[in-house]
Amino acid sequence: MPTPNDHPTRRVHVEINGQAVVRDVECRKHLTDFLREDCGLKGSHLGCEHGVCGACTVRVDGQIVRGCLVLAAQADGCRIETVETETPSPRLKALQDAFIEHNALQCGYCTPGMLMAALDLVERRPHAGREEVRAWISGNYCRCTGYHAIVDAVCAVLAQQQAGRFSDAALLEAAK
Amino acid sequence: MKSSAFDYVRAESPQHALALLAQHGDDARILAGGQTLLASLNLRLSQPTLLIDIGGLAGWRGIALQGAVLRIGALTRHVEVEESPLVALHAPLLAQAAPHIAHRAIRNMGTVGGSLAYADPAAEWPACVLALDATLVIHGAAGERRVAAADFFQGLYTTALQEGELLAAVEMPLLQPGERHAFAELSRRHGDYAVAGLAARARWDGHTLHGLRLAFLSLGDRPLRARAAEALLQAGPLDDSRIAAADAALRAELQPFADLTHSAAAKTQMAATLMRRAVRTLCT
Amino acid sequence: MNHPTDLPTRRDLGADLPAVTEDQRHIGVAIPREGTRRLTEGRGQFIDDIELPRMAHVAFWRSPVAHMRITRIERSAAQALPGVIAVVTGPEIAALCKPWVATLAHLAGIKSAPQYPLAMDRATWQGEAVVAVVAETRARAEDALALLEIEWEDLPAVLDTQTALDPATPLIHPELGDNLCFERQLDTGGVDEAVARADAVIFGETYVFGRHTGVTLEPRCQIADWNPGDQKLTVHHSFQAPHMMQDLYCRQFGLQEQQVRVLCRDVGGSFGIKVHAYPDDFATVALSIMLKRPVKFVADRIESFVSDIHAREHRIDAKIVATRAGEILAFEIDDLTGIGPFSMFPRTSGIEGNQVVNLTGGPYKHKAYRARLRVVFQNKTPTCQYRGVGHPIACAVTEALVDGMAMKLGRDPIDFRQQNVIPDDAYPATGASGIKLELLSHEACLREARRLCDYDTLRAEQATLRKTGVYRGIGVAALIELTNPSAAFYGVGGARIASQDGATLRLEPSGALTVMSSVGEQGQGAEAIFAQIAADAVGVDIGRVRIVTGDTDATPYGGGTWASRGAGIGGEAVLQAGRVLRENILATAEAILQRDRQELRVFRGAVVDARSGAVLLELAELGRIAYFRSDTLPKTFTPELMVTRHYAQRDYPFIFTNGVQVSHVEVDTDTGFVRLLKHWAIEDCGRVINPMLVDEQMRGAIVQGIGGALFEECLYDTDGTLRNGNMADYLVPMAAEMPDIVVGHVQSPTRSSMLGAKGAGEAGTAGAPGAVMNAINDALAPFGVRLSSQPITPEKILRALGKI
Repeated sequence: MPTPNDHPTRRVHVEINGQAVVRDVECRKHLTDFLREDCGLKGSHLGCEHGVCGACTVRVDGQIVRGCLVLAAQADGCRIETVETETPSPRLKALQDAFIEHNALQCGYCTPGMLMAALDLVERRPHAGREEVRAWISGNYCRCTGYHAIVDAVCAVLAQQQAGRFSDAALLEAAK
Repeated sequence: MKSSAFDYVRAESPQHALALLAQHGDDARILAGGQTLLASLNLRLSQPTLLIDIGGLAGWRGIALQGAVLRIGALTRHVEVEESPLVALHAPLLAQAAPHIAHRAIRNMGTVGGSLAYADPAAEWPACVLALDATLVIHGAAGERRVAAADFFQGLYTTALQEGELLAAVEMPLLQPGERHAFAELSRRHGDYAVAGLAARARWDGHTLHGLRLAFLSLGDRPLRARAAEALLQAGPLDDSRIAAADAALRAELQPFADLTHSAAAKTQMAATLMRRAVRTLCT
Repeated sequence: MNHPTDLPTRRDLGADLPAVTEDQRHIGVAIPREGTRRLTEGRGQFIDDIELPRMAHVAFWRSPVAHMRITRIERSAAQALPGVIAVVTGPEIAALCKPWVATLAHLAGIKSAPQYPLAMDRATWQGEAVVAVVAETRARAEDALALLEIEWEDLPAVLDTQTALDPATPLIHPELGDNLCFERQLDTGGVDEAVARADAVIFGETYVFGRHTGVTLEPRCQIADWNPGDQKLTVHHSFQAPHMMQDLYCRQFGLQEQQVRVLCRDVGGSFGIKVHAYPDDFATVALSIMLKRPVKFVADRIESFVSDIHAREHRIDAKIVATRAGEILAFEIDDLTGIGPFSMFPRTSGIEGNQVVNLTGGPYKHKAYRARLRVVFQNKTPTCQYRGVGHPIACAVTEALVDGMAMKLGRDPIDFRQQNVIPDDAYPATGASGIKLELLSHEACLREARRLCDYDTLRAEQATLRKTGVYRGIGVAALIELTNPSAAFYGVGGARIASQDGATLRLEPSGALTVMSSVGEQGQGAEAIFAQIAADAVGVDIGRVRIVTGDTDATPYGGGTWASRGAGIGGEAVLQAGRVLRENILATAEAILQRDRQELRVFRGAVVDARSGAVLLELAELGRIAYFRSDTLPKTFTPELMVTRHYAQRDYPFIFTNGVQVSHVEVDTDTGFVRLLKHWAIEDCGRVINPMLVDEQMRGAIVQGIGGALFEECLYDTDGTLRNGNMADYLVPMAAEMPDIVVGHVQSPTRSSMLGAKGAGEAGTAGAPGAVMNAINDALAPFGVRLSSQPITPEKILRALGKI
C-alpha cells in the first residue's frame, strides 16, 4: 500500500459489472486508474490519457465514456460496465465471437474499448452500414488491424441482429 | 500523465457553486462534462486545488420550448442535442453539427455550456449559436443576464462571462418558414477539430437569400460572421456573379491563423469552398 | 452496404501447394485465433497489468529543449515528498551501467558517440531522460518531478539535415569530427552512359519524407526486478526480442547470462518500436538493482512521442532513365536522412538508409544504378527501424519515378511495369544494387492486381468523372520486401542478435502438445501459426496445442520478431521439431506395440495402422505408458517425446517477397482533401500458413503506410521542440478515413526451408505510401502537377494546384 498522503480523497460507491464496490480514492484519480488500481480490473487500458485514443472506453450508466476523462469521484453512484463482465450480454458475446472469427483484434490492446464502442453501436444504430460503423468507431485507435476486419465483425453482428438473433424468442431458444 | 492533486465537491445548487467559486477564485475550476478540463488536468496544463462538479444541477439540463425560443440548459450533453426531436424540428443546424463534435464517448459527457464557455474557436457550438443569433443566459450572484451570441465571443477562449458567473442556458430562435440550415466542416479525421467549418442559415424564397448568417469556425480567434460576404450574397437574386463577388469579399475579410499544417491561405481557400457549397445547400 | 466484406473467398490456400506434412489440415487454412478470446474479455496480461510486491514506479524528467548543458539539479524537495523512494541522476546510474556505442562492423565507417541511460552533462534531444524519480505510485513520481529544480544552459541545436554537414554548423559530438553518422556510395557503372544515349528519356524528382513514429497503443513499458537474494534480474518487457535484451542487460551491467531472465507476455503493438534498447530500459534496470526492488516504467503518451524511436526522415534526389521504347535503364538516388544525436542501440540508425540504397529500383531489370547515402546526426529524437525500414521510402521513390516515366512516355502504368519487372522465370536473380533474389512473382502479381481491382473499369470511370470535375486517381506500386534474414543483417556486423530460432515440442502425457518457441507474439498471430504448423507436423488436433513464447528461461534461444521472420524462421523450427517428434512418437509406438514403425502412422491424435487406418494407440495412452509405465518398455528403449530443433536461413542474405498494391483515391481540388476510396494488395509471401492472418497483417501494415503518406509527421519548431507530440495533433489513421482493403495471394514458396514460408508483416507498409502517392498524382494529372513530399496534406495539394 502506498504511503498515506495528504491529498484529498473521497469514498466512492459504484456498481461494476453488476457487483457493488466501495473504495476510498484520491479525488484526482480518473475512472480508468480507479478500475485498474483500486478494483484490480485491468481490462480497461490507457493509451493517451487525454481522451483521444479510446482505449479506455467503458460504459457508465449505460453510456460509453472515456474512462480517462471521468473522475472516479464523478462516477460515485454510477453503474459501470466493462468487457470483463462475467455475464456478457448476448450482443457483447456475439461481438467477442465475431472479433475472433474475423481476426478483428491482433494485439488486443484496443479491443476492450473497441468492443464497448461497437456494442453501443449495435444497440443504438441497428441499421448502420459500413460507413456509419467506421464513423462510430472513429474514436477508437487501432494500430494493428487497419480497421477493415473490425468493421467486418461489427457488420456481421448487425446482420445477425437484423436476422433476429437477439430477439427475445431467439434468446429464449438459445438458452434452452 | 497523472493530474496534480485537487479536492472535489459536488455543487448542490447554482448558488453553492458560485459561493465556492467566490471563495476559491483561481484555485477552483468548474467541472461540467470535463471533456476539456480533465484532459488539460491530465496533461498538467493547469493545477487547480478544487474541482466544483456542477453536473448534478438538474435545473440547468434539458431542452425545452419556451415561447418563441428553444432553450437548451448549459448542462445538456452534446448527445442530448444530437438526438433531440425538438432540436431536429426547431434548430436543425445543431443536429447537423452535433455528429462532428469529437466522438460518441465525448458527446455523452461533454456539455453545451462547457463548450460555449470554453469558446474554442474550432468548436462547433460557438459558430452555431452565432449563426442562430442565439442568446446566452448567464447566471451570477446578482441574478441572470442575457448576452447576444454576437457579443458573447470576445477573443481566444474569452467570452462575456465575468468572474463568478456561470453559463446557465442558451436560447435559440425557432426555425422560420423557408429557413434552411447548413453545417459543414473540413477536418483531417472524423471528429477532429475542424480545419475550417461553417454554420450557415438563411431564408430562401426561390431566388434570393434573406437573413443570411455565415458563421465560420477555425478561421479566427473566435467564431466569425463573414459579414461582407453575407451582405453581398443577399443583396439581390442569387447568381454566379453574385457568388463570385461574395467569394472575393470573403477572401478579403478573412484573416485566419495558420495551424500546424495549414497556412492561412489554405484555410481561406477552404472557407471559400465551404461557403459556395453551403450556399448551394441553402438554395436547394 | 450493410454486410461484411466476404471472409476471404478462399479460406484454405493449403491445397494450392504440395503438402508439407502428412494429413495437412491446418497449414494454409484461415483458422481463427481462439487464443485471443481472453483479450476480448479484458483478460490480457500487459506489463502495466502486472503488480509485484514492493514494486515502485519511475518517472523521468526529460529535457524540454533540443540541446542543453545541465548546470544544476536540485532534488531535495522532490526527495522529501512522502512516497518518493529515490531521485537519481546520470552519473549514479552510470556507476552501474556501462555506456554503449551503436555501430556495426558491416556498415563501413559508421560512427556514433557513447550514450548513457540518463544524460550525464548534456541532453542532446528534447525528451532525453535526465533525472529518474522513483516513487510508490506513478502519480507520486510525477508530483515529485514538478518539485525538481533543474537549470541548464541552452546549446545550439542541429535541426536541418541539409546544413548538418556544413562547416559552420556546430558539432553535436566534437570528438567525432562532424555530424555524419554513416555514408555509403554505390555505383554499378553505366548510369552516365544510359543518360547519354540518344534514345534516353530522363525523369527526375526530389522526394521528401516526413519524420514520423510508431505510436503503439500500449506505450513502451517494462518492470525490472532485481532480486538481491539470488542475484537474479527478471525483466518483464513489452518487447519483440527477449534474448537480445537478456544479452544486453548482461553486458551493460556486468551480469552473467544465467542471472538474467526476460519475459514478454502480451504486447500491445510493437512494429519495431519495441525492438530497440532504449536508455530508459537500462535506467529502469539500474534503479531496480540500486533499490533492490521491482521498478516499473510505463511511458505515458507525451513522453512516448519524444522518446520512442522516430523514423523515415529522408530527402532524396532521384532520377530514372529509360529508352523511348520503354526499357528502364537506370536509377539514381542521393539520400540525405536525419537521425538523432546517437545511432540507436544495438541495431544502429544506419540500417534504414542502407536499405533505401539496397532496395530502390528493386522490382526492375535495369543494370545501372548509382546511389549515395548520408546519415546525419540531429538534436532530435533518435531514429531506428520501424515497420518496413527503408522499404516504404525506396518503394515510394521507385514507383513514383516509374509512374513519372510512364507518363512521360505516354504508357499505361501497369503495362510499363510489366515490360520492366524482372520476369517470373528469371530467378534466382541479382538486382542492380546487388541484392540476391531467390524467387519473386512480379508479373503474376501485376496481372492479378489488374484483375482484382478491375483496372479497366476504374480507368473508364476516371475518364468519365473527369469531365464532371471529379478527379479520381489509380496508383500502382510494385514492391519487394526483405524477410527471413540471415546473419548478414546483424550478426556479421558483430551484433549479438540471433538470426536463428528454435522450437521445442513436447508431447504431454495426455496427448496434448506444448510448443515453446523463441519467436514471440505481439498480435500478428505467431502463436496461432506455430500451433497450426505443430498440429500438422505431429498429427494432433489444433485444440490440443499450447504455445509458450517470450520467456528466455523456457524457450530455445532465438532472435524474436523483426524483419518479418516469425513465420519463415520460427515456423520452420516448429516444423522440423514436429517432424522429429512424430518420428519419436512412432519409435515409442513401435516399442509399445511391438510392431514395425513402417506399418504405423500418427493420425489425428492416435497411432494408426498405416494400411487400414485402424486406431492402434491413442496418443494419450502412448503418453501414459511413456511417462508413467517405463517399466513396461524394452530396457533398450527410452522415449524422447520432447524435441528441439533450430533453424537459420542460410541460403540468401534475405528471402525477398514481392507484391503489388493499388490505391484508388478521389482528390477534392477545391479543398485539397483526399478520399481513399479503396485499396488492393496482391502479396506473395511464399507458403501462406493462415490466409486470414496474412490478410490482416497486410491491412494493418497498409494503414500504417497510409499514415505516413497522408497524415503522420513529427512537426518541429525552429528551436527543435516537437509541436505535435500528442494524439490530437499527431494524426494517426482512424477508421473513418481508411478504405476497405482487398487482399489477394500468390504463393511462390521459398526453397530455403521445407515450410516455404516467407514473411508478411511489413510488405503492406512498404507499398502503401507509393501506391497512394501515385494515385494522388494520377488524379491530378490533368492539372500537370505532382506531389512528392509526404505526408501529402491538403496544404501541399492546394499549393501544387496553385490554389494558394
